[in-house]
Amino acid sequence: MRPFRYERARDAAAAVELVSREPGAAFLAGGTNLVDLMKLDVERPDLLVDVTQVTSDRIERLPDGGVRIGAAVRNGDLAADRTIRERYPALSQALLSGATYQLRNLATTGGNLMQRTRCVYFQDVAKPCNKRTPGAGCAARDGYHRGLAVLGHSPSCVATQPSDMAVALAAFDATVRVQGRGGAREIALTDLHRLPGDEPQRDTVLERGELIVAVDLPALPIAARSRYRKVRDRASYAFALVSVAAAIDVDGEGAVRDVRIALGGVAHKPWRATLAEQALRGGEATEESFARAADAELSRAQPLPDNAFKVTLARDVIVRTLLDLVEQP
Amino acid sequence: MALRVNGTEHVLTVDTRTTLLDALRERLGLTGTKKGCDRGQCGACTILVDGRRITGCLALAVAHQGASIVTIEGLADGDELHPLQAAFVEHDALQCGYCTPGQICSAVAMLDEARRGWPSAVTEDLAVTDIVLDDDEIRERMSGNLCRCAAYVNIVAAVREQAAA
Amino acid sequence: MSVLGAPIDRLDGRSKVTGAARYAYEHPVEGVACAAVIQSTIARGRVVAVDASAALALDGVVTVLWHENAARLRTDDAELAVLQADVVRFCGEVVAVVVAATPEIARHAETLVDVRYEVEPHDVVLRFDRGDLVAPPGDDADSDDGDVEAGRAQASVVVDRTYTTPTQHNNPLEAHATIAIWEGDDRLTLYDANQGSHGIREDVADAFGLDREQVRVISPHVGGAFGSKLFTHAHVVVAALAAKAAGRPVKLELTRRQMFSLVGYRTPTIQRVRLAAGADARLTSIEHDVVLQVSSVKDVTEDHAAKPTRMMYAGPNRRTSHRMARLDLPPPTIMRAPGEAQGAYALECAIDELALACAIDPVLLRLRNEPPADPDSGLPFSSRGLVECLERGAERFGWQPRAGAPRGRRDGRWLVGTGVAASAYPAGRAQATATIRALGDGRYRVQIDAADIGTGAWTVLTQIAADALSVGVDDVILEIGDTALPRARPAGGSQGTTSWGTAIVHAARKLRADDASSATADAGDDPYASRYAMYAHGAQFVEVCVDADTCEVRVPRMVGVFAVGRVLNAKAARSQLLGGMTWGLSMALLEESVLDARYGDYANADLAEYHVAVNADVGEIDVSWIEEHDPYVSPMGAKGVGEIGIVGTAAAIANAVHDATGVRVRDLPIRLDKLLLGPSGRPRRPIGR
Repeated sequence: MRPFRYERARDAAAAVELVSREPGAAFLAGGTNLVDLMKLDVERPDLLVDVTQVTSDRIERLPDGGVRIGAAVRNGDLAADRTIRERYPALSQALLSGATYQLRNLATTGGNLMQRTRCVYFQDVAKPCNKRTPGAGCAARDGYHRGLAVLGHSPSCVATQPSDMAVALAAFDATVRVQGRGGAREIALTDLHRLPGDEPQRDTVLERGELIVAVDLPALPIAARSRYRKVRDRASYAFALVSVAAAIDVDGEGAVRDVRIALGGVAHKPWRATLAEQALRGGEATEESFARAADAELSRAQPLPDNAFKVTLARDVIVRTLLDLVEQP
Repeated sequence: MALRVNGTEHVLTVDTRTTLLDALRERLGLTGTKKGCDRGQCGACTILVDGRRITGCLALAVAHQGASIVTIEGLADGDELHPLQAAFVEHDALQCGYCTPGQICSAVAMLDEARRGWPSAVTEDLAVTDIVLDDDEIRERMSGNLCRCAAYVNIVAAVREQAAA
Repeated sequence: MSVLGAPIDRLDGRSKVTGAARYAYEHPVEGVACAAVIQSTIARGRVVAVDASAALALDGVVTVLWHENAARLRTDDAELAVLQADVVRFCGEVVAVVVAATPEIARHAETLVDVRYEVEPHDVVLRFDRGDLVAPPGDDADSDDGDVEAGRAQASVVVDRTYTTPTQHNNPLEAHATIAIWEGDDRLTLYDANQGSHGIREDVADAFGLDREQVRVISPHVGGAFGSKLFTHAHVVVAALAAKAAGRPVKLELTRRQMFSLVGYRTPTIQRVRLAAGADARLTSIEHDVVLQVSSVKDVTEDHAAKPTRMMYAGPNRRTSHRMARLDLPPPTIMRAPGEAQGAYALECAIDELALACAIDPVLLRLRNEPPADPDSGLPFSSRGLVECLERGAERFGWQPRAGAPRGRRDGRWLVGTGVAASAYPAGRAQATATIRALGDGRYRVQIDAADIGTGAWTVLTQIAADALSVGVDDVILEIGDTALPRARPAGGSQGTTSWGTAIVHAARKLRADDASSATADAGDDPYASRYAMYAHGAQFVEVCVDADTCEVRVPRMVGVFAVGRVLNAKAARSQLLGGMTWGLSMALLEESVLDARYGDYANADLAEYHVAVNADVGEIDVSWIEEHDPYVSPMGAKGVGEIGIVGTAAAIANAVHDATGVRVRDLPIRLDKLLLGPSGRPRRPIGR
């Protein structure tokens, strides 16, 4: 690891100022991803600005019925929060299925969203990677990509966003509150992470120095009956091959009033399944309709030679999760 | 910087790159906390920081100014083993012993989390806050600690006994 | 109750649960510096330039060594001839080492050393049909008994299948680490993580041109090994080189990622098994051909996957072969049940396939082909409890005899299946010397350079000594893990306890017979070794559940019954068998080192990507053993318990997965994608080719 300076900012504005004016500066929250990448010489900041004390570590109810999650709320606390468990159970499940208690006790809400995409070649400085060194080439496309993207990837990058939490937040129309040098702005969570395109080095739309200060969840009654299903190689402590956050509201006639579906482990960002949702809204809630909706979403998939199974898997998991939701008492 | 470790105040100067794990092992001579991967992928370095279990290998020491840390060396009361330490010996929940300090620190925190009503990935009903630690719950909650000797069955037995105690 | 066999608590347990036990890297040494190794990024070629100036300019850097400035070594072991030449023989080979005041500075300096290469094409892909396969060293690579062609011709059922197993890495949780301390030019002390200190001492002494007595290796506690710490690896020599150059003690701990290329691994295998049987399900021919790999650096590997096939089942016609490819890859080593683990997976799956083809219950098929004596050597078995293990296991498991028709049971979302496999692992003993001294107060000091890598040697050897001396365990003071103690074979091959225990028993008998205050004795050659075929046996039964939608596999229940001679510590032995069976589960479902052929490097070289079983992967495991006392293997009546647990387990799981799903995965590990794609799933394709 290269040497760096460490500063604890006095408030969010000061943190933003510090990182904005120094090109080699980075925010440090829980460190579970950043410190790891620094050990691998992938991240090489000159200055770490500790932001764990400058944003809120509380979960507040908003006047409109929504919930505001401070960026410094630890993943462990968020997963255990009574309000989240009752009103957004898929978010709690997503957090609980990610990493381990030890890591969730370090990781923060803001930091979790800012974790880099995963790919073994990104983590190995001896191998080419466009994300690490734009223009160097992508070793994964013709290499080890069993766990990588099937949707929205580009010739330059096929990495996946590994956050489980972000998948549930994407399904629930969360908004990310960001503070920058020029002031505050709000970004839909589904717009925070980018597809790689020809700029894979940029994981998110945030500008240099912009700091996530909170995540807002809308009231969203449908979320109270939601579910997160994560499929992975190990029973625990593993990244998703495919995951699904879903909620569905079916009327007395068996028609879909509303539905929310997001996928994890399949793209460079949490993948809101808008085509599947469109196909389902107003239609009937049957296994066949769920399968048609899943197929509609996955018709966009462009699997690589070794990850085509993810398309089958994603379809099966979407269908099963929706069925479980409509069948649960 | 100052760290409180097992009740003792330590003042030390550290490199900004020093992790809590290396501060304990390399600087304070507290080698009971183990380094298995140094990347948050094995749990051998699990310690309690302000009462919570974390992986010490990914926590920069400078970011934990004034933190109160409990390591495996701080669990026993003199010659009297912590009940979980005793249970690990009795149930042969260790073989090479290298993951053991992390397992035990993890189990101590895990029982506390369950008392506080924290759910796990296998908790069926998230609304329930009265957590019953059956074997599946124990397995999931202890899955952040790899044991390559594969003493898992005995680790579950040791923790189960203390969960019921 | 006899002290031998008693389930007493691990004597080193207290020091381990309190964190007091010191492992190699943890011994406090005054003035110690830290080393970090730099590895080649190419698989074959030459180092043409090393620029260490930026690293040397860094505050706190003591020295940087590479092939041009490192001291000369005199080793015959090409793996240990480190920093001796410009040649690069595999990706990840040590090309330089940095020594610095702190680990942080060493790791930083490591990134500043600029190594330039001249790249040559490399050859890293193992195939069954390579034209350059050679027989492994020794005269035991092949066997040919009877006439397999005739056996096949007369059969009514023939199963002819190819199974593959991947590269796997031992990954003990304690990283390989060495502290090297020179006193002058001719005294070297190493604190080292290994399975046998004497072997390390001999290799290091040879490399530095020292007498063996000039080198001391100390290893009281070892944080897992499973084979990777059996042989001396390059980093041990590097630590000694670095300490010599630095003029101060040096400690070197490999990173997890470095361990994927520097301390060995289990060779991948491609195995063709052909079994033929008559209408009565009796085997008429057995054939097992194995292809495996070694590094072009040296010929050490697991070269005997088909050897248990020579003795498992009766059948007049048997042929086996082993062939290996020499590749531009890191040197393999051995790993828990080296060869037997892969071989049993192939053979016991093929037996299951044969049972289905014969429409006979797989337990019954095994019973029907039970040999009266070792089919390979013709010798009687010293003990063979396989039939009893199968019968007892079937009873404990609640095995329902069946004849085909997989995918027959469903429980909600789960497809349920059951599977069985049989196991054998060689038993025996080897060199060991022990010294016992009476301390005059009723206590005895027992000295032997044994190693406790988690097996329970601290405890079991104390029990053996107490029993042999007719005293309590509290009256025995055991010393192990130090070359200052009498020489003994390393921990491995499930022969540690039998060898060390025999030496201790012999020393105790001599002490008593001579009525002396001290006695030294060897285990000696086993006079029965040439008269009996010696094996531990076992039978594993498992139940698996496979998610009908996602094909995730869970193993809620496993039963293992073993025949391991007399059990010396019921608690520690059970733990070894539980551990072995869990290894089998991990092997069956999770473990695979993915070679990227373009680089000759492992793509998933860390514990997030290389999956070993976590707690949640493991369900109930019922381990037991039959009453057995085998006086021919050791005077204690014991065989080994360290490896038999894994042998067979992976096959039992694969057989259960087939029973649950109807999909036969012949390519480990059994991951959900292979089940989702079904039997027509594409075969393994080398990554990057």
